[in-house]
Amino acid sequence: MAATLDNPPHPKPASPLAAGTGDLAAPQLGPDGSHRLKVVFVGHVDHGKSTLIGRIFYDTKSLPDGKVEQIQAACREEGMEFEYAFLLDALLEEQEQNITIDTTQIQFRTETRPYVIIDAPGHKEFLKNMITGAASADAAVLLIAANEGVREQSRRHGYLLSLLGITQVVVAVNKMDLVDYSEAVFDELVREYKGFLAQIGLEARTFVPISARNGYNVASKSADEMPWYTGPTITDMLDSFEAPKLLNDLPLRFPVQDVYRFDERRIIAGRVEAGTLKVGDKLVFSPNNKTSTVASIETWEAPPKSSAVAGESIAITLTEQIFIQRGHIGSHETDAPIESNRFKARLFWMGRRDLVVGERYKLKLATQELEAEVVSIEKIIDASTLENVAEGRNFIARNDVAELTIRTRGALVMDNHDQNPFLGRFVIVDERNVAGGGIIFGGVYTERGKVKSENIFWSHGEVTPQKRALRNGHKGSVIWLTGLSGSGKSTLSGALERELFALNMHTYILDGDNVRHGLNSNLGFSPEDRVENIRRVAEVARLMADAGLIVITAFISPYRVDRRRAREIALEGGADFIEIFVDAPIEVCEQRDPKGLYKKARSGEIAEFTGISAPYEAPAEPELTVHTDTETLDESITRIIDFVRPRLLPELSPEI
Amino acid sequence: MDHSQHPAYSKLYPAPHAEEPPAFFPTKFSRDDAAHLDALEAQSIFIIREAYHHFKNICMPWSMGKDSNVLIWLSKKAFAGHIPYPLLHIDTTYEFPEMLEYRDWAVKQYGLNLIVKINEDARAGVGEYAKTGPIGYDTTDPVTVTHELKTAALQQVMAQYKWDALITGIRRDEDPTRAKERYFSPRNKDFEWDYKDQPPEFWNQFTTSCAPGEHVRVQALLDWSERDIWMYIQREGIPIPKMYFARSAPDGRRYRFRSLGCWPISGPVESEADDIPKIIDELASTKTSERAGRAQDHHERNAMQKLRAKGFM
Repeated sequence: MAATLDNPPHPKPASPLAAGTGDLAAPQLGPDGSHRLKVVFVGHVDHGKSTLIGRIFYDTKSLPDGKVEQIQAACREEGMEFEYAFLLDALLEEQEQNITIDTTQIQFRTETRPYVIIDAPGHKEFLKNMITGAASADAAVLLIAANEGVREQSRRHGYLLSLLGITQVVVAVNKMDLVDYSEAVFDELVREYKGFLAQIGLEARTFVPISARNGYNVASKSADEMPWYTGPTITDMLDSFEAPKLLNDLPLRFPVQDVYRFDERRIIAGRVEAGTLKVGDKLVFSPNNKTSTVASIETWEAPPKSSAVAGESIAITLTEQIFIQRGHIGSHETDAPIESNRFKARLFWMGRRDLVVGERYKLKLATQELEAEVVSIEKIIDASTLENVAEGRNFIARNDVAELTIRTRGALVMDNHDQNPFLGRFVIVDERNVAGGGIIFGGVYTERGKVKSENIFWSHGEVTPQKRALRNGHKGSVIWLTGLSGSGKSTLSGALERELFALNMHTYILDGDNVRHGLNSNLGFSPEDRVENIRRVAEVARLMADAGLIVITAFISPYRVDRRRAREIALEGGADFIEIFVDAPIEVCEQRDPKGLYKKARSGEIAEFTGISAPYEAPAEPELTVHTDTETLDESITRIIDFVRPRLLPELSPEI
Repeated sequence: MDHSQHPAYSKLYPAPHAEEPPAFFPTKFSRDDAAHLDALEAQSIFIIREAYHHFKNICMPWSMGKDSNVLIWLSKKAFAGHIPYPLLHIDTTYEFPEMLEYRDWAVKQYGLNLIVKINEDARAGVGEYAKTGPIGYDTTDPVTVTHELKTAALQQVMAQYKWDALITGIRRDEDPTRAKERYFSPRNKDFEWDYKDQPPEFWNQFTTSCAPGEHVRVQALLDWSERDIWMYIQREGIPIPKMYFARSAPDGRRYRFRSLGCWPISGPVESEADDIPKIIDELASTKTSERAGRAQDHHERNAMQKLRAKGFM
């Protein structure tokens, strides 16, 4: 009795956490309140989930005509007793094993509204399916069989619901028929499980004693069997749950999904995950901190739009063209997300292989993808006992739940999960598949613009390249462009420098003509002088890289041996050397002929011209090749930036 | 064109009048109970864009049916009026003639890059089909015909173009086996679907890569119901084939198609719905399944599951 009196079915106002659990995979609230609430059913194996769902379908008359009769006939054929669970377990294998094997989504409706029901399996090894189902749910029904009581998965699933941020939970105490509809058994179970939920910060809205098989307290009350229970039925409870709150009032988060250039427009595609975006808004894109203004929200076969709210997949154009790519996160300048390469998280692991400290994994957060590693494990929580079992472990095994610290290679843009759920959760990929998921907590927000001045770097003793890199935000390195005359090296180097400069990097172009005017003015074009020319350029590039600059060179540099030596010189100086082959067929280069040199070479006016009368030895293993005949300049630059940026990141020592 | 003599038209569903337009053009109309379509549209566009980003060599099968026409529409929206991948029609040679008319009209209308594939060897009974003889509804059972003329044809054309992903329009509410699908569903090199051991999928993070020879089915309409599809077609005014609408039969009743497939195995259902609002009303009360008119699903127990595990959509 106490349970229902203590827990009248008054829905509480949704917390920000509850608001964030929906994936928007399900439709949101319509004007008539016709939101399809997504409900997940979880609980220990054999505690009656499929039976309850089958029964709900039956009682709300949501089944196709003849379905019940068809399955009853099939049961007779096989000499089995009909069960409501069969209505759901349509796959033959499921019936054979008598367990639900995967997430099923089916729709039904009560008089109040439509629902999408997610049946999550209870078998321990099928955790990934339960997560798949539960992660997008708005509410949960947690089943416990009265005759078996609270079991391992009753606790584990409760814990996962709390981890997934689902707060609208009703506990159905099933199989009351097997305990003679005993109020005492029910009360004792409520007391025990409530205590457990309290420990993990989850509070069930109410506990309902039911018999799914007989339909008692499912969609209608059982006056005779359980007169002591006067609370709501399961469908009453479902109808009392709220649709997820729209996230329009949170700070704007617009993760860039892609950049398209199908016609004259440069379109930034993405979904507004939180907040509101308006034409004319000034946006800052993290992590490169570039700003631009929304010029338009593009539409097709629809009237123009002036604003977009959370959940909308949109395409925008910007007034100022800035370097932008998938994974950048648009926000307003105030209320920008956290940017860090280190954070704390709670994580659940479903991988075939263990998650091991120090190994490299792919981490995905919204549209970002970065390499990541676990730095340390703070806790491994036994979901049944809630004890920390991390002692002496450097790995997280399948079905573990843990608290840990993660470091990414490069800056990750994120939110604390309780602030802005869409940027507060991430997955880890192992062997091509999503193997774990986590939520971020404890991150510190800093005001953009102040970050740089507050980030004071204390230097003691020797200024090492690593310290320079930390102050500059990137390492010094040599980007060596090689290719035929007219292949586009100068154009590329100029554009590349502008982009890197705009990314707050320190850059310099070593230009052939400039070098020959001064440093190499004593050199001519004899084979020996050409070799010496390249050698000196390589030495200067090395010094500049050592000083922390990103040096871009744009020389034809036709001989492999010369380029190899340039590489050795850079590496000896501790600088990275990135050789980029600027590739275009000679016919294309000759047609371009920006300085008229090919014409002169053809007429014999210039002797030993690379590609015509002297060889060009194409790089066998360049770090990157760009094809300037088939790619646009933008595409080439984007590919180069994508490639070099991770390599330019400063190495971080563990204590930083 | 006059199709009145074509065997595809039965006594229950007569051919269209010769001078009818090639498509049904709905009047745009927004219902006040259709606000959830915004969220469905946004999620589908998100998925289509994810697919295009991760799999550059991608294709969108197109049956000319209502769902795949919604996919075309959503693609146009996702890419600001462009469709940056080819469409594929697996022509079983048992297409309703007015569907082919619709196809040719739509290719021009949308500027589609369309690939048409027929399993010619199977129809002719040559090559690897020399032993079985020609595959067709007059000689072979419908499950085998569906497998050879659709799935095997798809395998042949996949081998040719080496697509690593297909954007499909299947929906969870169509069939119990489809209810278990993921948005991004990997298939092995034999097109098999390992429905017992699917990768997890949540928080909009998907399986976005596959091994050479394998491919991923991207199922962008998974969350939609049949009724949602019709509400959306109405709201957006998407032109669709005319066979979804009731025609008068000689028996004095009216019939329409709910689902369109090969004509020898597609049956119309009795219906008065000759416009979209009537279809939407009809679906609110119907309890028969959408594919009830499709013979291959009912040929034997679990036929659909067997077909799907072998690569059928």
